[in-house]
Amino acid sequence: MDNTRPGATETIEPPGPPEEDTSRMTTLQRIQHALHTRATLGPAIVLLLSVIVFSIVADNFLEPRNLSLIIQQVMVIGTLAIGQTIIILTAGIDLSVGAIMVLSSIVMAKLSADAGVPGLLALLLGFVVGLLCGLVNGLLVTRIKLPPFIVTLGTLNIFFALNLFYSQSETVRGRDMASLLLWTGNAFELGGARVTYGAILMLLLFALMAFVLRWTMWGRHVYATGDDREAARLSGIRTDRVLLSVYVVAGLIYAIGAWILIGRIASASPQAGITYNLDTITAVVIGGTSLFGGRGRIIGTLFGALIVGVFRNGLQLAGIDELWQNFAVGVLVLAAVAIDQWIRRARA
Amino acid sequence: MTTREAPTTAPVLHAKGLVKRYGNVTALNGADFELYPGEILAVIGDNGAGKSTLIKCISGAEIPDSGTIWLEGKEVLFKNPLEARAAGIEAVYQTLAVAPSLDIASNLFLGRERRRSGFAGSVLRMLDVGAMNDHARNRMTDLGIMTIQNMAQPVETLSGGQRQGVAVARAAAFESRVVIMDEPTAALGVKESARVLNLIRTLRDRGLPIILISHDMPHVFEVADRIHIQRLGRRGAIVTPESHTMSEAVAIMTGATQVDEHGAHDLP
Repeated sequence: MDNTRPGATETIEPPGPPEEDTSRMTTLQRIQHALHTRATLGPAIVLLLSVIVFSIVADNFLEPRNLSLIIQQVMVIGTLAIGQTIIILTAGIDLSVGAIMVLSSIVMAKLSADAGVPGLLALLLGFVVGLLCGLVNGLLVTRIKLPPFIVTLGTLNIFFALNLFYSQSETVRGRDMASLLLWTGNAFELGGARVTYGAILMLLLFALMAFVLRWTMWGRHVYATGDDREAARLSGIRTDRVLLSVYVVAGLIYAIGAWILIGRIASASPQAGITYNLDTITAVVIGGTSLFGGRGRIIGTLFGALIVGVFRNGLQLAGIDELWQNFAVGVLVLAAVAIDQWIRRARA
Repeated sequence: MTTREAPTTAPVLHAKGLVKRYGNVTALNGADFELYPGEILAVIGDNGAGKSTLIKCISGAEIPDSGTIWLEGKEVLFKNPLEARAAGIEAVYQTLAVAPSLDIASNLFLGRERRRSGFAGSVLRMLDVGAMNDHARNRMTDLGIMTIQNMAQPVETLSGGQRQGVAVARAAAFESRVVIMDEPTAALGVKESARVLNLIRTLRDRGLPIILISHDMPHVFEVADRIHIQRLGRRGAIVTPESHTMSEAVAIMTGATQVDEHGAHDLP
């Protein structure tokens, strides 16, 4: 290279506000900077604070048994929220989460209880149902080019109707099913805590998805597609294929959520999980993932789900009326989105 | 090294008789085009002269109705920008086509990430983040864009000129043969424009031919070796900053000065 040429070694000046030199920022800017560079910092702090506060106001809160109960209360929502997160990362949204989960759980349960299909096969066929539902969503989004909100609003009703049709609106009892389907509700004792296999499964799924998003090409492409789809396309990423795969993977994760739900409630009810759509979006948003796509961490979603669980559990232990639990969750959502906007504004 | 005189070697990129119609509108009406090794060729033209359609045909974004394009003497037909890119024609779009929340190294390798060797790379499709960061750092240092210390910095935290630097570094990074730059200085201030123009010269001096599309006449005359003036769907003339003044070029561009397609100026 030609270093003697004037200008060749000249450098483009550093960015306007000195990013690396935090000493020249105000405290508020420093907080904004920290939240921007570490997306999960906010949710982690909120989770820590809420645990501290509730351990003071509610006596039994910190007992191992109660903490493990919180995990059990969030394990279904948490699992479903993994799928919701990757869809929101692509700047989409999934309203059919609950419907896909219920349909999958009813298929698993009825195949096992009524049709006498072996447990493992019933489980796998339930996974296939979730996968196919995701495929339908993905095809409608990528081929027909409908907005994800509309697609999943439509399929929400379709999948739910199929679920009512197939189940004939009847609950399948746990004792009629193969024990494998109920395995996620089994537990072992650990220092006074009751740890269910469903909770372990959820945590493993979080770890797996965190790894995939961070270290694989697919993960990188999911972020790029959500960040700026046209830029990703021009860079040679097949964004349609990425989107389709995201919906299919999400569908499979919802079916795993269905398995965990069966274990949790020891039955399969066609009416279960009606409110789960919004609960998963709540967990994702509180976890710091941006609804505009391309920004967020899967671990934030775990924190988000735990924050909601801690609030609901803590307020209940403190003897506060359930309506205030909903109030508190509402405030959390608004605060999370407001903070996200504030962080983004600083960088725009 | 670069020759500033009329090139005598064979063109890197060569097009003849390109026609492109959109319904009743004829955007290109038999346009010719040549780009020679190691030169900066500016393409200027009034709105509707077919400037951007010409570039789209070359970069694979549009398929010409008729006409032929040769890359290094070989006839090529690109059905999409990816094919053009695979052949070594890189475009830096005005929108830069970067993913703002991803870091610099990720953006440099966006769409052609390095994977780990062995099982982790081929089956798990795991990224070789370390190698990509190293390459990105070398590349940015090499091009003199290296006040950016941290390759893990998200692109959205960079200034406009630095983002342009990232986009240019990406275009020049992968054994590209031709780099097309669409209005690279349009969104930049005076100082940053100067740096980007320097960067363009640096690339040219490394032997990489560059097509520069710009409305900014002073910038065009500052860096271009030759200037392709597009007019009414075809090449109106080719001038150089030495042979013509800015106002003469603008006069040809707007049709105030009529030039004979075969006669006047440096038409081959």
